[in-house]
Amino acid sequence: MITKRIIACLDVHGGRVVKGVQFVDLIDAGDPATQAARHAREGADEIVLLDITATHEGRQTLLDTVRRTARELFVPFCVGGGIRTADDAAQVFEAGADKVSVNSAALADPTLIDAIGRSFGAQAVVVAIDARRDPQAADPVRDAQAYVQGGRKPTGRHVVEWAREAEARGAGEILLTSMDSDGMRAGFDCELTAAVSEAVGIPVIASGGAGTVDHFTDVLGRGKADAALAASIFHFGVSSARVLKEELAKAGVSVRLPC
Amino acid sequence: MRVTVIDYKAGNLTSVLKALRHLDAEVEITDGDLAPVESAERLVLPGVGHFAATQRLDATGLTPAIRAAIARGVPFLGICVGMQWLYAGSSEAPEQPGLTHFAEQCTRFSESHEKVPHVGWNSLDARAGSRLLAGVEPGEFVYFTHSYKAPVTADTAAVTHYIEPFASAVERGNVMGVQFHPEKSGATGLKILGNFLSWEE
Repeated sequence: MITKRIIACLDVHGGRVVKGVQFVDLIDAGDPATQAARHAREGADEIVLLDITATHEGRQTLLDTVRRTARELFVPFCVGGGIRTADDAAQVFEAGADKVSVNSAALADPTLIDAIGRSFGAQAVVVAIDARRDPQAADPVRDAQAYVQGGRKPTGRHVVEWAREAEARGAGEILLTSMDSDGMRAGFDCELTAAVSEAVGIPVIASGGAGTVDHFTDVLGRGKADAALAASIFHFGVSSARVLKEELAKAGVSVRLPC
Repeated sequence: MRVTVIDYKAGNLTSVLKALRHLDAEVEITDGDLAPVESAERLVLPGVGHFAATQRLDATGLTPAIRAAIARGVPFLGICVGMQWLYAGSSEAPEQPGLTHFAEQCTRFSESHEKVPHVGWNSLDARAGSRLLAGVEPGEFVYFTHSYKAPVTADTAAVTHYIEPFASAVERGNVMGVQFHPEKSGATGLKILGNFLSWEE
């Protein structure tokens, strides 16, 4: 039976893992290679590394980080942040990533999705969408918009429609972050996640808002997510993906255990 | 041990190479040169992407060289599309024949309410006596990402259930294939690659 994935997310800045609330007050949280290996050992089903600075000057540092992290990692490994061209993606794959996640560059030029998919396969392209509900709209969920620049700038694209286009262009998965919920620890946006998941035929990874194990149960159930991203929950009481998955299993969620 | 990996320019080889090297294999790569296949001790055909990309194996003359190596008894492992290529073909690219070492066709998952591609960790029901899957306990998980699959037949070494039962591994003598990605399947995947690397006639 297919299981729901718990994906550990590492935010990386200048070659180090950082934690902070909404990208401010960053605290050094260790070496990416060490942290990724630890998460894999402790039951994470996949690792996502997000370069939160993603400056042009930082590309070489990122590639070195990806190379070191991938070396002894034998679970799926996705890298995002600052991938603007198919050539950027090729360098990240060459360094050892299995998937890349693209966000604002794909919104600016959707053919980027086609280009990466053609060279590396749909399974290698994750389209990340930073979403905010539109409280003014008649249907705040259906009219939720994709944002760029860390959730500050609206793009005018509806999230559900953009997810459909991404799928049609050859995206393998959607990584949906609710910018309304992110950092609040009050739960994922299950309605929005379900709306996207029902609109596409590819897996949807839910992100943003996790504070308790119940939040994961919720989004993997009524939110219809195929996977959930876990970052700050590991800093707030839940010690590992294994512990999280054991709790999910007790709640009836199908997960990879033992792991 | 020495292993020859066939690069047919379908996706990314890095992870497969890394896993084989982690298991202390001496890895050699060919993207069209026949000599490494003719002298191979073991052959691995990876593959992520489209079945049509296997056309390159015909265009470079690798197909007959691989067929001859298999006939010599060289252990062969196809991964993902590399496994599907062992069959007669795939409905993903009907004009492109496979090796036809196994007579059946690969097909897309049936329409259902489930998502396609099948992405994630799923369990294996391994056939007793499979050498490739020796030591894999019932219900151990491996990582999949695919939309096409091979049918369950007498040569099936493991069955996985998603929408319908399909062959997640195939094995007949020295010819083996896995639909999942052992290089991305943690300790279980490394155990399976290790079984392949220690496979003896």
